[in-house]
Amino acid sequence: MNTNSQNLRNIGISAHIDSGKTTLTERVLFYTHRIHAIHDVKGKDGIGATMDSMELERERGITIASAATYCQWNAHDINIIDTPGHVDFTIEVERSLRVLDGAILVLCAVGGVQSQSITVDQQMKRYNVPCIAFVNKCDRSGANPFRVIEQLKTKLSHNAVAMQIPIGLEADNQGVVDLVGMKALYFMGENGETIEEKQIPVELQEMADQQREALIDAATMFSDELTEAVLEERPVSPDMLLSAIRTGVLKRQLTPVFMGSAYKNKGVQPLLDAVVRLLPSPADVVNQALDLNAAEAPVVLKPDATLPTVALAFKLEDGQYGQLTYIRVYQGQLEKGSTVINVRTGKKIKIGRLVRMHADQMEDIAVLPPGAIGAMFGVDCASGDTFVSPGVTLTMTSMYVPEPVISLAIATKDHKAEINLSKALNRFTKEDPTFRTHVSEETGETIISGMGELHLEVYIERMRREYGAQVTTGAPQVAYRETITQRADFDYIHKKQTGGSGQYGRVGGYIEPCTEEDFIFDNQVTGGAVPTQYIAACEKGFRGCMARGPKLEFPLTGIRVVLNDGASHSVDSSDMAFQAAARGAFLQAYPRAKPIVQEPIMKVVAETPTEYQGAVMGSLNQRRGMIVGAQDEGVMCAIEALVPLAEMFGYATVLRSLTQGKAQFTMEFAAYRQVPQSIAEEISKKAAEKKQRVA
Amino acid sequence: MSYMEPEAVPHGRGARGRAWSPFLPKAIPAGRVIRLKERSLVMLTNDLILRNPLRLLGHENEDIIAPGQFGAVLARAGVGKTALIVQIALNSMLRGRNVLHISLNEPVGKVDIRYQEVLGRLAQQYQVPHMQQLWETVLPHRFIMTFQVEGFSAPKLQERLTDLMSQDIFHPQMIIIDGQPFDVDAQKTLDELKALAQRLSLPIWFTITTHRHEAPAADGLPIQLSPVNALFDVAIALQPRADTIYIEAIKGCTLPETQPPLVFDPATMLIQTRNIQGGR
Repeated sequence: MNTNSQNLRNIGISAHIDSGKTTLTERVLFYTHRIHAIHDVKGKDGIGATMDSMELERERGITIASAATYCQWNAHDINIIDTPGHVDFTIEVERSLRVLDGAILVLCAVGGVQSQSITVDQQMKRYNVPCIAFVNKCDRSGANPFRVIEQLKTKLSHNAVAMQIPIGLEADNQGVVDLVGMKALYFMGENGETIEEKQIPVELQEMADQQREALIDAATMFSDELTEAVLEERPVSPDMLLSAIRTGVLKRQLTPVFMGSAYKNKGVQPLLDAVVRLLPSPADVVNQALDLNAAEAPVVLKPDATLPTVALAFKLEDGQYGQLTYIRVYQGQLEKGSTVINVRTGKKIKIGRLVRMHADQMEDIAVLPPGAIGAMFGVDCASGDTFVSPGVTLTMTSMYVPEPVISLAIATKDHKAEINLSKALNRFTKEDPTFRTHVSEETGETIISGMGELHLEVYIERMRREYGAQVTTGAPQVAYRETITQRADFDYIHKKQTGGSGQYGRVGGYIEPCTEEDFIFDNQVTGGAVPTQYIAACEKGFRGCMARGPKLEFPLTGIRVVLNDGASHSVDSSDMAFQAAARGAFLQAYPRAKPIVQEPIMKVVAETPTEYQGAVMGSLNQRRGMIVGAQDEGVMCAIEALVPLAEMFGYATVLRSLTQGKAQFTMEFAAYRQVPQSIAEEISKKAAEKKQRVA
Repeated sequence: MSYMEPEAVPHGRGARGRAWSPFLPKAIPAGRVIRLKERSLVMLTNDLILRNPLRLLGHENEDIIAPGQFGAVLARAGVGKTALIVQIALNSMLRGRNVLHISLNEPVGKVDIRYQEVLGRLAQQYQVPHMQQLWETVLPHRFIMTFQVEGFSAPKLQERLTDLMSQDIFHPQMIIIDGQPFDVDAQKTLDELKALAQRLSLPIWFTITTHRHEAPAADGLPIQLSPVNALFDVAIALQPRADTIYIEAIKGCTLPETQPPLVFDPATMLIQTRNIQGGR
């Protein structure tokens, strides 16, 4: 293994649904000699792509779990993480971006910058991941890589420049012209493994010259040497140009665009060259950890094997050999047999077995050098835990985990399935922080929650396949919330002084809406009206009311409680009494604070051929959707709308039947909004019915 | 701004003719309590409309141009045409009128952000709280459509409008077309759009990009506007002079003599009267 972190690349491949991420990864593995035959995602041989190792992934032709793999190209080690495209699996994308140093943004030459590309781009921005773009599917009819470059500029505000131009498009796509070396590249052989360099075709010469000029022009921003060469009209060497482009890429101020067709084996090798040449090595990226001993002051980590180890567990997987923990080493190294400490729990862990992953296969290794990604076996930890050498107290910042928006009641068919179900749930919740489960107190049903219909559907399918747990599902439930809209005062006395030890507590103050946090407790008591030792009890009492609203029993959010008055009794006051007083006070004030129910609103983007635009808009409008806009892009158009999640169940089927299967949509959580009166009444009716049933 | 606080004035204070005390009796009849949301929103919108210097360009509480008429905002690239036209749109939306914004050069998301920014700055400038509520009330009054410049035509717009209106999705009461090129071929498109505007009795606003190096036409109007001048009833220009951008009426609306000149604050992209700018 290569121990020099300069020769290491940790990259991700992310993009919109069906842009061909997995296909591209498959080609990369083939050209780097990791696999010896190419299997397509939904190929006729029925084997499925190497990275889609889950049976379900192969069947549906989608990537669910991001798989990590490793390959070598030009004496460089490359760790590739293939990520899912569906928004429902967005946590997988977030997780992988956290540990990546660079990324390939794959775009479809026909679809261009689609809604999910925008989400992925924002995620990359959040983690400051430099990227290069690959315009895939240049062989499809309607392909136009230059339109995609234009969209990269306007829609994503990338400073995108073409590094190549295509030789023929659509069915006629033969290869690319490399604008740095100014030569034509043709991909010959059965799987495009032989590259033939030729003269640029005469008809493309002029265009190539123009585009090269634009490329050099964009690159001069990042290199004085190049600027001088251009001004003095000296020839620009490929090295000079590439290093200027690299500077731009590392600053995230330039996005070089490559093109080709992974499926037709065109343009993949130059992309690999670019990964090695343009994307950062672990040494080029500044990674910070927080020092727990110094009030979480940031500390810069250096990829140096001699320094103390800092590593982050970013993904857990429960495989056939026990828990597998994916880990990235930021500083120092991880050695088989060495001892590290889990910063969160303070437990000492001995590393028993270290492996390097290749989709579902693995390879044992003795040492993970700084910057490397690998996995360890048999370590009990949670996703996002930091492992360090003894004596170090650094922690990597944790990852952003979105709240689940949809839940579903599930029930098993027999007792055997029940045991399997609990095993499955245990594993899934550990692996995926956006997948939660709990048992409903009233109904005794098992409830699972997640990021979307597909997300839950996939898990139910996995329970059946991997654990043999047959489950029936109830209707999906939306995660409603309750909140208040105005200030209301309370003044409540809790008094029980008849026989035995008495209880006495009085609290006064008000509740009001707040936007900053879900719950704020503000103690403004002066003069000891409520003795200090009981303040905590009051807070506990109020906080206890947040879990279930008095109105419809949905969780409460956005409430500030101000306590400014009260009274106590020298003998009868107790923690218990003040907790009860707080609960009583809350129930007293809540109805007067004009409570409302809120529902999750999703940002839906439907992409459809223009002729169905009216029908699609109509269908979104029917679903209480508010259409924000319609974007006309020639043949296709994208409709953006804000639609309540409750109305989106089964929309995929509706959309397909409306448009002869030509449209697709993505949705992601946008905000919580008030439920309209009529719907709120319906919800409260349902809630009342449910209560009766339980009773 | 104390009267904007949540425990504020009940609806129709003047009409009731009774002094209002903030200490409401506890058992107040439900019918007389004015809920925070509706009360403050009415106040907020009224407040914004009243304070918006845009009204100086037209008649109070009316759009600057009448149904079927054309209006134009002219300026050089980057001076703030879109920002101004978004303010015209917001002014209508605040009064509950539906605005269809057609952009020929920006994607939906970007147009949306422009609206958010301008409304945010307006609210900030006039110290209006509850920005989020305000945004949610005006949002349903807006619909954004984007086209590629070459794909935009009056028949296509007509087709989309029919889609929207027949399905009861959106009924525009004003249209904004941002980015329509005013070149030699513009005449035909504009004629068709004029016919459409009159048929549906909708006012349409355009943005026109002028260029520094082009001399005005013989009639003194900018070269882009001159050939199609007859179609337009109102034209407003943003004119940068020294470090100030002046809003000048070229055609159709006149500013009262006594009025201080309207300027466009390049920092906030908001319209202001000269003295306000000095004051703040």
